[in-house]
Amino acid sequence: MKSRDNHVQEAASGSALFTRIGRLAAGAALASTLLFSAVAQAADTIKVGVLHSLSGTMAISETTLKDTVLMMIDQQNKAGGIMGKRLEAVVVDPASNWPLFAEKARELIEKKKVDVVFGCWTSVSRKSVLPVFEELNSLLFYPVQYEGEESSKNVFYTGASPNQQAVPAVDYLMNEVDVKRWVLAGTDYVYPRTTNKILEAYLKAKGVKSSDIMINYTPFGHSDWQSIVADIKKFGSKGKKTAVVSTINGDANVPFYKELANQGISAEDIPVVAFSVGEEELSGLDAEPLVGHMAAWNYFMSEESDANEDFIKSWHKFIKNKKRVTNDPMEATYIGFKMWAKAVEKAGTTKADAVQKAMIGISVPNLTGGIATMMPNHHLTKPVLIGEIQDDGQIETVWQTPDTVVGDAWSDYLPGSKDLISDWRDPLHCGNYNVKTGKCSGQNF
Amino acid sequence: MTRLSFPACTVLALITCVLLALLWPPSPANANQPDDRFETVVSGLSVKNFKKKSIAVERLVSSGDPRTVPVLQAMLKGQLFYIKSGKRMVYGSATDDGYRVTTVVGGEVLGEMGKRAIKKVSVNNRIRKQLRSAIARLSLADPDPEVRLDAARELLRNLTPEAAELVRSAVVDEPRDKVRAVLETGLAILNLDSGDQAEQLAAIASLDGSLVPEARNRLSLLVEETDDETLRSAALASLKGIESTLRWNRTAETVFFGISLGSVLLLAAIGLSITFGVMGVINMAHGELIMLGAYTTYVVQLLMPNHIGLSVLVAIPAAFCVSGLFGIVIERGIIRFLYGRPLETLLATFGISLILQQLVRTIFSPLNRAVSTPPWMSGSLEINGALSLTYNRLYIIVFSLMAFLFLLVILKRTALGLQVRAVTQNRQMARAMGVRTGRVDALTFGLGSGIAGVAGVALSQLTNVGPNLGQTYIIDSFMVVVFGGVGNLWGTLVAAMSLGVANKLAEPWAGAVLAKILILVFIILFIQRRPRGLFPQKGRSAEH
Repeated sequence: MKSRDNHVQEAASGSALFTRIGRLAAGAALASTLLFSAVAQAADTIKVGVLHSLSGTMAISETTLKDTVLMMIDQQNKAGGIMGKRLEAVVVDPASNWPLFAEKARELIEKKKVDVVFGCWTSVSRKSVLPVFEELNSLLFYPVQYEGEESSKNVFYTGASPNQQAVPAVDYLMNEVDVKRWVLAGTDYVYPRTTNKILEAYLKAKGVKSSDIMINYTPFGHSDWQSIVADIKKFGSKGKKTAVVSTINGDANVPFYKELANQGISAEDIPVVAFSVGEEELSGLDAEPLVGHMAAWNYFMSEESDANEDFIKSWHKFIKNKKRVTNDPMEATYIGFKMWAKAVEKAGTTKADAVQKAMIGISVPNLTGGIATMMPNHHLTKPVLIGEIQDDGQIETVWQTPDTVVGDAWSDYLPGSKDLISDWRDPLHCGNYNVKTGKCSGQNF
Repeated sequence: MTRLSFPACTVLALITCVLLALLWPPSPANANQPDDRFETVVSGLSVKNFKKKSIAVERLVSSGDPRTVPVLQAMLKGQLFYIKSGKRMVYGSATDDGYRVTTVVGGEVLGEMGKRAIKKVSVNNRIRKQLRSAIARLSLADPDPEVRLDAARELLRNLTPEAAELVRSAVVDEPRDKVRAVLETGLAILNLDSGDQAEQLAAIASLDGSLVPEARNRLSLLVEETDDETLRSAALASLKGIESTLRWNRTAETVFFGISLGSVLLLAAIGLSITFGVMGVINMAHGELIMLGAYTTYVVQLLMPNHIGLSVLVAIPAAFCVSGLFGIVIERGIIRFLYGRPLETLLATFGISLILQQLVRTIFSPLNRAVSTPPWMSGSLEINGALSLTYNRLYIIVFSLMAFLFLLVILKRTALGLQVRAVTQNRQMARAMGVRTGRVDALTFGLGSGIAGVAGVALSQLTNVGPNLGQTYIIDSFMVVVFGGVGNLWGTLVAAMSLGVANKLAEPWAGAVLAKILILVFIILFIQRRPRGLFPQKGRSAEH
């Protein structure tokens, strides 16, 4: 690999000086790699890959998760590592570039020989790395809420699936707030499209008429919300309680909420419940126009529990900034990491197959004072919290599910996936087993 | 008049004293009683459970104490706290590292307290709604007519049976026409359900042309439910009148939305119409110069946190200078070596845009930064019940036109403008006439970049201030400049406005995604027919 790179470099530069520099650099790199692996072998470390974008559009969200993994590794090492071995982080930057995610994943597994990878944010990046993880049989921990409809042997989904976020939020609005008319607003990509499809089917199953559902999609980073907000206002002025279920992606949210406030729509008239607005996003904007609007997650920074207090304290110490907030994907990363560490201890090895087996049924405390358990479909049990946004950018819980909810890999409300289940235990060992036909299609996504 | 003798004077004084004493509120011993009761009722608000809190609010409202309204208002604004030890209710206003605290009962100033010593009385949407309607009910008899007007409007939005009684009694005593009109609308809406046909018909007649959404809802409900033919046809006619007024208002609203989108496009594109249009430089870093302007606004606000309104005004010249200087550096450092090589310029400026993005990511973190909106820029100007124009958009329309005029004056009325036009028309000849073309290039590029920075100030009030701000606007900017005709400021204005209005007209039936695609397709087709845009540059300069 190295020598071929070198040839390419020679051919490309064509200058003697450059060639020499190239050779020197390659030599130095080779030497350092050799030296490094020698040291690594001597100390016998476990390598943890971190695959989060540190530049490009997604850096806004993913940088924090990289820091969270680094903090967890640091803590684990201070507590004596795993099985007496030190953990070593290998951080790469896929730069918000989806094909680059696959390349970097391959680099982490093949070249850097990592034992596990924590990473990805967007669904498209996950879809891009999935074949790599399956081909090379390595493990990925994916910490973000997503649209479901997937279960891979090699991926553990520690974020929420729609039945752990969207569906309970709609239930809350329907039963507690008495909402009769629904606006499903989202950014035009796979997560909102799938989530809204599920929600539409769910609402219709509950007897909501199609004329009481308005679905609206906007492009990424949409900033001119005037006519859409005016439409929502019109839709909501028909005398029935109206709510907006928002799957609008991060950046487009600020102008959306500002426009709502400017056109005089308050949270009491038409509440907006969002699935992508968390503490981190709120810290980047003036929260005043958002007060009273809602967010549905499985963790809020404002939750009062000992585990959460410790987590926030160590996060502030690690990041050296008392103003930084914590959010749901950070909790998902925390749970994923703790589970992996426990599973490795249990399996006595970091080999993917053994850890996969050990992972199912592992329980660790979550940060809201409950227990998270890894289910056979590689999804977690989570409590669902509905909170109202406060003027300081924090979210306070106003309602929560009495028990934890088991994450669904395949939605019960979509025609194509109703009959599918996922169970990675023997003897089924299948990500999409059709209970009607009794067949496992073998394709996991 | 004879002068009163001394003793008579004393007697008079005595009588006054007695009278005063009789009229004065009860003596302190008696006053303690309601004070205590009020205090217990108020401290009931400190419960955590929202259902219990709601009951506590109801109890406070029904206590009838005149001090209730300020408490409810403070609660609504998040200024009501309780001291953790002892649960004493206080008003708090935020200071640098805590709150300045005053007791609710007695108004005793307790000085500053730390954030940990007191806890905010939190509210949720349900309680917020309850508070608003309670405040409205209690302030319907307020001496200030403005307060009464707000109260009447609030009641109209939520006509509960208890509010109905209040409206009925208040409408009789109301001296102001404006307030009474609102109350009468409310009364008419209530009378729609009265069951008495004459009264119902009168109510329908008085609701004709009313733009209150509640009136329309009740009327259409009446149409659906009533068995009385005369009532139904009267209500239908009234509804028809309302619908046609609404349609007009909606058209006006759409045009306003279009113009406001157009003004944003104009702001983003006008700097580019100088650098690209006049100088012919394909500047892919234009968006990042806008972003720098927005970040300047953020920094200015950090420097003057207590003057948000002023900071936006200060940010305008500051952003002009920052982005302008960056522009000059870019021109002198890189672009000047690439004149006449458009492809290389494009690549180099694209590189600069990535560098600038990563620069702000490193300095300000990849997270978006919060820029506050001054109070005079939030809210909306209400034209009538169905049409209101948001203030921030209004200001931005005015602002973009001012920026346009500013540029126009510079190009047409100043020495620099003359030189710029001379250089763009014939560089060799201009140099022969003694124009320092290098300096003019730098200044022109700086001017275009500075205007981009000013656009950033305006955009910081509408959208996110983050590293990706510029990317969102670069495509739109090029689109506007090319459509309007390269090198023509008026073309840019017309193009921005027409694209804005076209986009907003298409959006309601095509959706936001498709509307944008349609506009792009239209421009591609248009450029095929007229490659030089709407207003092509005439004369020799166009031929090189």
